[in-house]
Amino acid sequence: MKQVKIYMLFERIWHWWQAALIIFLMITGFEVHGSITVFGYEQSVLFHRVAGLLLVGLTVFAIFWHLTTDEWRQYIPTFKNLKAQIMYYGVGMFRGDPHPVHKSRWQKLNPLQILTYLGFKILIVPVVIVSGLLYMYHKTININNVVVISDFSLESVALWHTAGGFLLVAFLIVHVYMTTTGETATSNIRAMITGYEELPDEDDHKEPGPADASSELSNDQQTTKGGSQ
Amino acid sequence: MDVQSHKSTLAIILILSVGIAGIALYQMSYPPDEPNLALEELRLEYATTDEPVVDHSQFEILNRDFTTPVEVTLACISCHNTRHLEVMESAHWNWDRIGFTEDRGITAIGKKNVMNNYCIGVATNELTCAGCHVGFGMPDFQDFDFSNPENVDCLSCHASSEFYEKGKGLGGAPATTVDLREAAITVGRPSINNCGTCHFLGGGGNNVKHGDLEVALYHADRQMDVHMAQDGIQMTCVDCHTAENHEIAGKLYSVSANNVNRLHCEDCHTSTPHMSEMLNTHTARVACQTCHIPTYAKENPTKLSWRWSDAGMLDEEGRPMTVNDSLGMQRYMSTKGSFTWGSNLEPEYVWFNGTADHYYLGDQIDTLAGPIKINTLHGSYHDPSSKIIPVKIHRGDQIFDSEYLTIIQPRLSAAGGADSAFWKEFDWGRAAESGMRRIGLPYSGRYGFIETEMYWPINHMVSPADQALQCVDCHTPNESRLAGLDDFYLPGRDRNDTLDTMGWSLILISLFGVILHASIRTFTYMRRSSSLDMTPYEEFDHDKGESL
Repeated sequence: MKQVKIYMLFERIWHWWQAALIIFLMITGFEVHGSITVFGYEQSVLFHRVAGLLLVGLTVFAIFWHLTTDEWRQYIPTFKNLKAQIMYYGVGMFRGDPHPVHKSRWQKLNPLQILTYLGFKILIVPVVIVSGLLYMYHKTININNVVVISDFSLESVALWHTAGGFLLVAFLIVHVYMTTTGETATSNIRAMITGYEELPDEDDHKEPGPADASSELSNDQQTTKGGSQ
Repeated sequence: MDVQSHKSTLAIILILSVGIAGIALYQMSYPPDEPNLALEELRLEYATTDEPVVDHSQFEILNRDFTTPVEVTLACISCHNTRHLEVMESAHWNWDRIGFTEDRGITAIGKKNVMNNYCIGVATNELTCAGCHVGFGMPDFQDFDFSNPENVDCLSCHASSEFYEKGKGLGGAPATTVDLREAAITVGRPSINNCGTCHFLGGGGNNVKHGDLEVALYHADRQMDVHMAQDGIQMTCVDCHTAENHEIAGKLYSVSANNVNRLHCEDCHTSTPHMSEMLNTHTARVACQTCHIPTYAKENPTKLSWRWSDAGMLDEEGRPMTVNDSLGMQRYMSTKGSFTWGSNLEPEYVWFNGTADHYYLGDQIDTLAGPIKINTLHGSYHDPSSKIIPVKIHRGDQIFDSEYLTIIQPRLSAAGGADSAFWKEFDWGRAAESGMRRIGLPYSGRYGFIETEMYWPINHMVSPADQALQCVDCHTPNESRLAGLDDFYLPGRDRNDTLDTMGWSLILISLFGVILHASIRTFTYMRRSSSLDMTPYEEFDHDKGESL
């Protein structure tokens, strides 16, 4: 076994900020929705708008990071091993079988995770952010106010936003649970905090990964710790 | 890179970012109190009033004995030699305004040709109603000479009300007790009393009609009305209802139709009066009054319903009677029917774009379309010039011609000695026949009673800012103030039930799924642990603990 750095510093900060914002947005969102009372309606609206804008800013950084570091390649969907992964979660895990797909620096996601996170990134988040911005700047023409956005009815914008919110909450529940299905119950969460995860020795040359990144990979990113075995 | 140093970097970043977020949230929760300078300027502007530049009591032409009120008017116009012409252009004189509506084209509208669902209408009752006309001697408005300047009653608005009042049933002439010399030398800018004597007492008593205009405003405190408060800025009616050439700004849609010459809070306060941007975005579609007049009829009750169909019951000895409720308010009168009253009322809310339609004398009604709207405030969410306004809706029933489908103007008042008056004979048929003949409309001889509604925008009795409506008074699924306005999506109040059911189901299924999966994992893991001597988890943890 060896310590492998899987999650870069930016990735971890991004992840936890995103987690905090989404949980905060969930609480304030449900208050704006009229489901719970926490901060008071006015505060919740204000918090929800500010946190929403922070999430947009964070997402812009994240997109930039994914594009410039080739990390986006990790999200190219594949059906290879998909069935095995599903079978593992459904059956194999209960028998104590090993993970069907090995994790590594350039393959940190299993095929099921790829599909899930890809859906998260290109469906749920865009729906929530776009509908959220339309919601935030929705106004109608009036003698006092300039038109900003009136081409979409507030109702449709709100419904899309609510639907996205529900999907996010469901994602959050399953996601938090699935973090306990790593090598140990806490190894995935630890890895997302420290960046390092203990992985079984593998022949690195078999891994898929960007060719141009491989030199970098061996130099600093794939730091191994001596004496870990 | 060493993991330990890396951890401390991360910890510093984490602490910093959480700290920044915390400070930001704190700042948002408790913003520093910034002074509302625009409001301060307004307060200073209205804190002082100009002293009159003329002392009318020193004019000999006024400080003398008058035998008729017309002489006073002639004295006034001997100096103000065109002012009476301005008055004669105004609705206070004409009892109507020329306007244009898409429904009716060019039309005159006012007390002469529209009705209400209180005492129904002016026609046949002028001797009484003219007590609120800025003229003398109106036996009935068909015979009244609206072009005779001698009939203009300057004193009704400009004399101190301490010394001047209109007589009852005298067609607009002053009460016989009035000393015209005393009245004439007090003339000046109209006071609250000048306006209030008609506008507070309309409909036969204090606060009967409007609900937000009543005698309590003579001595208002800030809780009742921040503008007129005696312990506040002490504004009077004409501070807002300014007049240019006797054309007074502001009007009520019980007798008006056009979106012109209105008064808006925004005229002084602008459309962005709040320190909060979030609140300012509301002004596009929500009138100031909606939030800032949370209740009306704050002191004395206002009439909420009036059922004419109950009128006419006499007591055992065949005499008309009056039954009062425990608060001393009339609940039943043989002459008028049964009433309900209310005070400290939450308004109802409607969309309004500044235009209105009315029931004009002679219009045909649709008896199957629910209550007849005596006046209709136009507006909807989808009309971008509409705003939500608070209204008092006065409901009741009144007599209509069940064959010609017109609302009937009955002869009510016996002033002038008419035999057929309802208040004298309690015979609806004769009162209807007489009234309709007077206004020149046909009457079939068959009558019934029909439900009617009248809409009174609430504009006065503005509460202190800290008593304005809060977000959740409207943005709530439970008892929202705007529950009746269902033609738009209101965040916090509205939701799509299908979407909500699907969303909550998804969350429950997710929770149930992960709990089920975790249970099976735990169960199978325990079974494997007991059957095997060692477990991969323990081994791994052991291994890991060493490596760190």
